[in-house]
This record gives sequence, structure tokens and C-alpha cells, in this order.
Amino acid sequence: MSRRPYIRPVSKVSWWLSQPRYIRYMAREASCIFIGAYSGVLVVGLIRLSQGAAAWGAFLETLQSPVSIAFHLFALAFALYHTTTWFNVTPKAMPLQFGQTPVPGGAIIGAHYLGWILVSGLILFLVGV
Amino acid sequence: MAVSNKPIIWLLFAAGGTFAAFVTPVLIFITGLALPSGLLPAEALAYDRVLAVAQTQIGKLVLFAVVFLPVWHAAHRLRITAHDFGIRADAFVKYICYGLAATATVISAIALFSI
Amino acid sequence: MSNRIVELEILRYNPETDEEPKFQTFSVPCAEDWVVLDAINYIKDELDRTLSYRWSCHMAVCGSCGMMINGEPMLSCKSFLRDLPDRIRVEPLTNFPIERDLVVVMDDFMDKLDSVKPFLIPREEKTVDEGEFLQTPAQLSKFKQYTLCINCTLCYAACPQYAHNEGFVGPAALALAHRYNLDSRDVGRSARADVVASNAGIWECSFVGACSEVCPHGVDPAAAIQQTKIASSVDYFRDMLIPGRRS
Ligand code: FES
Repeated sequence: MSRRPYIRPVSKVSWWLSQPRYIRYMAREASCIFIGAYSGVLVVGLIRLSQGAAAWGAFLETLQSPVSIAFHLFALAFALYHTTTWFNVTPKAMPLQFGQTPVPGGAIIGAHYLGWILVSGLILFLVGV
Repeated sequence: MAVSNKPIIWLLFAAGGTFAAFVTPVLIFITGLALPSGLLPAEALAYDRVLAVAQTQIGKLVLFAVVFLPVWHAAHRLRITAHDFGIRADAFVKYICYGLAATATVISAIALFSI
Repeated sequence: MSNRIVELEILRYNPETDEEPKFQTFSVPCAEDWVVLDAINYIKDELDRTLSYRWSCHMAVCGSCGMMINGEPMLSCKSFLRDLPDRIRVEPLTNFPIERDLVVVMDDFMDKLDSVKPFLIPREEKTVDEGEFLQTPAQLSKFKQYTLCINCTLCYAACPQYAHNEGFVGPAALALAHRYNLDSRDVGRSARADVVASNAGIWECSFVGACSEVCPHGVDPAAAIQQTKIASSVDYFRDMLIPGRRS
């Protein structure tokens, strides 16, 4: 009787294609590329704002180009995916319990969505839509 | 083994993720769709108006948070995602990701400070 | 006995003769209420006595019969054939070395489980005569779900971070550490932190969440790990601000 344990190879690169749940996970993680890139857009915006009216005007002009709109559409899709995946796990990370009764996860998630709608509405109102 | 110092970066990741979840979609909607489509009145993002906001202390603070927190969230997640895609040069990836985030943080601070 | 014939493709590996594992297919006539383990027992009894696998309780309690069933980590005694197609692929749990056929090497998990001190560390020891440590139902309800873990390691088979980060302590062990950290009778949190809050502990987790999805007892290791991240971060900053709190 000799022991010779066999270790099955796993792909470092494509492991996540093996199950739908891993693909969903990677989509969630990929949202960071768009969150990061959009932050880049905002950083550029701040620089342009500090450079004066003409620079700011050019920045707004660029935002209206087809390339910019296409980028924003993708970014919005991933940002929304980030929002839902982030809110949906809040009861796991921060469960609430009063005495013996845990607050139902749905209530914690719902409160986040409610807050999200309020914050988004407030921002839209302040900007003037 | 020793207790990790990851809490520093993780706290930025978590705060940034929360911030991004709440405000990033609506901001993208504003700059990327409402503005080009004309849904947003032209004067809404006029130079004088935005400048006035960026000149107040609270305005600076909010704009800074909106930019720098999601950046650190994205940077930390990107580092992990690189590993998930099989890139094992974590020491290098770490410097790139956090370096970019630090650069964005400093630049936006300077830009806001000079306004 | 119904006439349903199920084809079981089983990954076989004999360390004495095989270079690598290969699939072998068995046709099994099965009854309506059978689980996959029943079909495997049929093979062992009637078709091929050399087949090696682990099982004991046949009622989802002992945690020894975990296998990959059509790619999903499951307890074979809890997987009903009526919920599965006529061709079923059975493999040993992924992320573990194969000892023989469906038997995997558990040593790494055992070491990691041990490393988090998964037992009560009371403030002071009590003899049996001194009586029990009291606990209210509210205190119990804080950690009760985590006591349901049966160490079946399905969560390790589901966890990509365990697969790709050799030292990672992994879901079940971290969930059990959390279970004791939450226990009102326990004071072992800082003793566990060296492993739990190390780079190889909770911080290796990227919250894939697969562990919780595959748990046969509804334990939520992913939640336990995120909660530990928050608690450890609070500890970390408190220790930083109040020097000498932790030596
Ligand atoms: S045989 Fe005990 S859990 Fe399946």
C-alpha cells in the first residue's frame, strides 16, 4: 500500500468559466474597472474645472461625444450591478439583531435601496434635472 | 502568523464600495446620459455654478469623497481581480493599483485646493 | 423498484497502478427514493468491490460523503436521484488531493481547522462540580447557525480562493472561529486572531460566496468571514490607537 495522492490541475486563468456562480462573481469584480475608469473621468473633470471656464466647457463637450456616451452606458450597467451586488450582501456583513429576533435580511437590503433612491433623487434635484 | 495590516486598505475598500453603490450610478447617469441627451438643462453644469459649489468647504469635501473613495475601492478590487485572472505578480500589481489610486487622490486634492 | 437505469460516471484512481484518474461508467438500476450514495453502494455491493469512498451516517450528519455530483459539491447521501439526470458524473471533492477513487486527503483541512482553536476558551476553567457556564437564548441565537457545521468540506471544494491560495485557512474553519468568537462564554478572540486575522485568514477571502451556497446545513461561512473582517478591523484600529493593549 503506497500513498501517492493525485493533485488535479486547476487553471489559474480560466477557472471561473466552470460554474455560473463564478462568472457572476467575476462580473461583479470586473465592475471595479468601470468604477475606477469613471473616477478617472471625474478626476479629469476636477482638473478641467480648476483650469477655468474654457477648459470646463471643453470637458462638457467631450462628455457629449459618442465614445463618451458608449463608455458611460457600459459604466452605468456595471455600476448598477455593483450597487445590487453590494446591497444584497449587506445582511451578511452587518446582521442586526434585537434580543433574540434577528432583523430579516430583506429589511436591511430594502433600507439600502430606499436610501439609494433618496440619495439619487436628492442629487438629481440638486443638479437640476 | 501575525495579524495583518490589511484593515487599512480594506476599510477604504469597504467605504469606497458603499459610496460607489450609492452615488456612482446617478453620477454616471448625469454626466453620461442626462447631459448629452439634453435631459439636463444646459445651465445645470455651467462653469459658474459648478465652480461656486467647488469653492465652498463642504462642496470641496463632498467632491473629494466622491472621487477618492471609489478609486480606492476600485484599486483594491482590481488587485484581487488580477489574482483571480491568474496574474501572480501581486507585489507589482499592488504598486500599480494603489499607486494609481494614490495619484488620483493627490491630483483631485490639488485640483480642489486650487479652485 | 422502478426500472430507471442511471449511468454513473465515476472518477477512479488507484495510486498503485494509475498515472492519473480516469472515468469509469456503471449502469445502476435504481429505486425511486434513492440518493446518489445508494447507487454507489449498489456498485460496491454488486458491480465492483474495489470502489473506494467514504460514508457513514446516510443522513447528512457525519459529513463524510461529500463528492462532486455533476460538478457541484454535494453530500451524496442528500442528493436524490429523482432530482438528477440519467447520466451523473461523480468525482472526488475538488481542491483536495485524491487518495484513491472518491476518497480525498483531508490533512490540510484538519490542520487548518485545528489552527483556529475551534473550542471554547473560557475566562476561567470550571470543574464539572462547579456547574455549567450559563447562556441566555438570545446569546445562543447569535452564533447558533455556525454550530451546525459538520466539517464536510463542501465549502472548501467550492471556494476558488482556497484553490488558488495555498495557505488560505478557508470557509469552515473561519466560520467556526467566528462561532466561538461570538460565544458569550468565550474569551479566545485575541488568541485566534494570529491565524484568523492574518493574511492567510479572513483577508484571503474575496467574498465569492460559493461556500454558503453549497453548505448542506445552511451555514453561512461567507457571512461569518465578512463579519470577522469588520470586527478585526475594529480591533486593529483600537490596538493602534491604544498602545500596549495587545502585546
Ligand atoms: S453519509 Fe454521513 S453525511 Fe452523508
